[in-house]
Amino acid sequence: MRYRGAVSMDWPLVVSALLLSMYGIAIVYSAGQTDIPTYVERVWRLQVLWFALGLGGAWAISRVSLRMLEWIAVPLYAVTILVLFYLLFFGRGAGTAESSKSWLMIGGVKLGQPSELAKITVVLLLGKLLAASKAPPKSLLDVWRPALVVGVPWLLIMGQPDLGTAIVFIGILFAMLFWSGISWKLLVLLASPIVSLVLGGVTQLWGSWFLLLLALVIWYKPFPWEGAIFVAANLATGLIAPLLWDRLRPYQQARLKTFLDPSLDPRRSGYHVIQSQVAIGSGGWFGKGYTDGTQKRLAFLPAQHTDFVFSVVGEELGFIGVTLALGLFLFLFLRVIRVAERANGTFSSMVAFGLLASWFVHVLVNVGMTLNLMPITGIPLPFFSYGGSFMLSSWLAIGLLVRIAHEGRGSRHAPGLA
Amino acid sequence: MNWFPNDVARRARAAGNFAAAVMLFLMVAFFRTQIMRHKQWVFQSEGNRLREVPIPAPRGTIYDRNGKIIAENVVGYTVSVLASSEDSLRGTLNRLASTVPLSSIQLDRAMQRYRQSPSIPTLIFSDASFNVVSVLEEHRVDFPSLMILTGPRRHYLNGPAVQPFVGYTGEISEEELAQSQFAGYRAGQIIGKGGLEKEYDAVLQGREGSRFVEVDARGRVVREQDTQARLPLQAESLQTNIDLDLQLFVARLFGDSLVGGAVAMDPNTGAVLALYSAPSYDPNEFIGGVSFAYYDKLLNDPNRPLYNKALQGLYPPGSTWKLATAILGLQEEVITTESRMPQQCTGYYYFGDRAWRCWEKAGHGSLTLTGAIAKSCDVYFYQLGLKLGLSRLVAGGAKLGFNRKSDIDLPEEKRSIYPDRLQYFNDKYGERGWTNGGPALNMAIGQGDNAQTIVNMARFYTALATDGSSAKPEIVRAQPQRTRIMNLRPDQLADLRTAMVGVVSAGGTAASAALTGVTLAGKTGSAQTSSISGGKGKECDHAWFVGFAPVESPKIVVSVLLECGGHGYVAARIASAIIGKYLGITPVALLQTEGNE
Repeated sequence: MRYRGAVSMDWPLVVSALLLSMYGIAIVYSAGQTDIPTYVERVWRLQVLWFALGLGGAWAISRVSLRMLEWIAVPLYAVTILVLFYLLFFGRGAGTAESSKSWLMIGGVKLGQPSELAKITVVLLLGKLLAASKAPPKSLLDVWRPALVVGVPWLLIMGQPDLGTAIVFIGILFAMLFWSGISWKLLVLLASPIVSLVLGGVTQLWGSWFLLLLALVIWYKPFPWEGAIFVAANLATGLIAPLLWDRLRPYQQARLKTFLDPSLDPRRSGYHVIQSQVAIGSGGWFGKGYTDGTQKRLAFLPAQHTDFVFSVVGEELGFIGVTLALGLFLFLFLRVIRVAERANGTFSSMVAFGLLASWFVHVLVNVGMTLNLMPITGIPLPFFSYGGSFMLSSWLAIGLLVRIAHEGRGSRHAPGLA
Repeated sequence: MNWFPNDVARRARAAGNFAAAVMLFLMVAFFRTQIMRHKQWVFQSEGNRLREVPIPAPRGTIYDRNGKIIAENVVGYTVSVLASSEDSLRGTLNRLASTVPLSSIQLDRAMQRYRQSPSIPTLIFSDASFNVVSVLEEHRVDFPSLMILTGPRRHYLNGPAVQPFVGYTGEISEEELAQSQFAGYRAGQIIGKGGLEKEYDAVLQGREGSRFVEVDARGRVVREQDTQARLPLQAESLQTNIDLDLQLFVARLFGDSLVGGAVAMDPNTGAVLALYSAPSYDPNEFIGGVSFAYYDKLLNDPNRPLYNKALQGLYPPGSTWKLATAILGLQEEVITTESRMPQQCTGYYYFGDRAWRCWEKAGHGSLTLTGAIAKSCDVYFYQLGLKLGLSRLVAGGAKLGFNRKSDIDLPEEKRSIYPDRLQYFNDKYGERGWTNGGPALNMAIGQGDNAQTIVNMARFYTALATDGSSAKPEIVRAQPQRTRIMNLRPDQLADLRTAMVGVVSAGGTAASAALTGVTLAGKTGSAQTSSISGGKGKECDHAWFVGFAPVESPKIVVSVLLECGGHGYVAARIASAIIGKYLGITPVALLQTEGNE
């Protein structure tokens, strides 16, 4: 059924991504329609350009065999680490995150945010690593290498600092461990220090969690040294949480505090999320009409074309528009899970699931943030938020998935025309 | 890697279910926000973008009795800033201060106004000059949140002449906002600050209107919302009894040199025809906030222009009060109008261990009551006071209204000082320490513990001018309120009036104040500031004259006091000029011999 040089097309996957991108560009256009025009009025054209570039990139990457990708995963990863390391010293900030160092700039030209592409290279290397072992990780010993693969770029990105993207990497690690078939109890134990870290601020909560963890360790019966490490790690993170809190930058502390109670500081940190909720809430069933959102028009809504682009959907297109967007995302996710399930190799399956995890965390954190369900981390919404690197990397991921679907077992689709 | 197909399918199902559950959770969250709490968020969204801009109502016009304008409204400019926060307001003000003159006091006031009502535009200049407005219009781009609005501005055509009764307007103060009588007023609102403007503020206010403007996050006005606008309603105008021509005439009479006050009333209705206090000041200077320099000048003027002499000045009534002693004597049937006193006037009256002087050192000889009033003989009234006794003087004086306000419809009026009861003297001189007669002698000639306002003396003389009922002084037209304060037969009243005619006739104390063609009646007085009065600290004699005309059927009562005016006849000439002006007669400056009081 296959023609030389032709790649079969997973149409539902591609169409849902196309629809999301066009929906997103329409919203970015609307985001620029404010009563007092700003540069945002023009960015939709750039977004269209990046979209076109992304389509081209996707087409190109879908021509590359997965073996080839598996082979270059290590050098790509190495390059990624080098670039991220370079950013620590020469990175530039931009827009709302002026003080961070996430932008690669060479010769005075802002090239993009390498951390977006790093997500793909990390997924590739992690997929290669997990696919190489015959059995899923059984103990801490089996986990240290995947943890290292994610840990190095994670630390480098935390150093920029870009908390949001760092959270995505943790999501990718856990999702891919899950997909590799790891025991869920081990997964919980692995996640336990993070939970301790989060709960560490409140003694009672952390104490309850610690007792639960002890019960799980006794039931799961890991190696004694392993159990000891988990318990020690939880103790340690629980204890350093307050210290770590003190070391957070003031704006990070403020963001976390206002997440818990936005009315604490309605003018500054809490401002964004309150205005976002006002925009979404006032949208109602059908919204105020495309381009007619008053919160957006009158500039009450901050970062309306990037972090809070989804609030524009809520304000102008209402609950119907929100449902449509979330429905499209869910369709895309289910389709990618299907691609991962039917992939014809363990590497490709792992990669597909890793890419899914990346998008999923982005959608959950970004959309959750607009309703104050998640803290503000400045993480973009795939296919919607204005931003070249992310649009490009998202479409490269689509290209990868098209290739995986093409090579996948049980792929019963007609050959594509591409 | 666990790659058994069944396991993969199981994990795929788990992942799919998880993704679906998370998306469903998000949708539920959006449903709660967008559908269930929709109204609350719409309310916030509207509050975000719509700002109420109050449109001040023009105050009611104040007219005189002939329809001439006393207070009106002209077009003025106000400058306000729509601030989104205290910080942004401070920033704007600091930048504003480098463009136009803005004192630190104005700056603080603006911050205060913002804190009081942050949702409406914060007033910066309540009465901006054309210069300021044109400079700001030039820098429009630099101050996008600035609003320059036109609004009614109070104007007094004859400012200084009418100020003593009209007052002025100004922005409501923080203290006033806290008072219950200003419930419902908002910060920045213009209210009456004195005189009629204050007394009748509720009438003059009108109904403030409002409109809505749509603003963006930085407070810039994007567009007007006409649909919800509510137009202001001008208040009803205020008709007063004031005769503006007479008022201007009085102001001119006092000129720049005389210090004191005058009140002219219609004795039949209580209508106040003119009320003046000299020196006056220009109330127009106070509109939109008085300048520090002007206020300082007023404050440091030794003649105290901010102190209303007609309403707040408390002066010993002196000989003008002798009519009260006479009335009490007749009422108590101690004397008749033809009674003579046991001792004739030799210039002195010996009582107790001292000699009580009459102002006429040469003495008046033997006088009837009528003569004693015309000559203002102290010795006669000393003896009458003793006959009456202190307790009857105290009770009678109170009945004549000397311990109360005249109740004129102006907020500044002070209560007259007069003992309520004998206990006052017990407290002052010790138990029955007053029985030696000293206080009674003093009270009988209007000295001692007695201080009256100019307006209260006018009120008292309306009773003498009519049938013994005093009329409540009223600036704004109302039903005349007359109170019977004395029980004299018409012939007794006529005799008293004849005696007062004698004052301004040849041989009287104010003969030079006579008018041709009309018979004037009145009484002079001079008051020593060394007693209770709110004098100016230095000792001098104040000149009094209270009188009315025409004596057959009085149409006007005038009460005049000149601070340090010396002799009563100076005040009498002013009063006679006022009366002449009102009745349309020119006074004759007769070169007759007149008494010195």
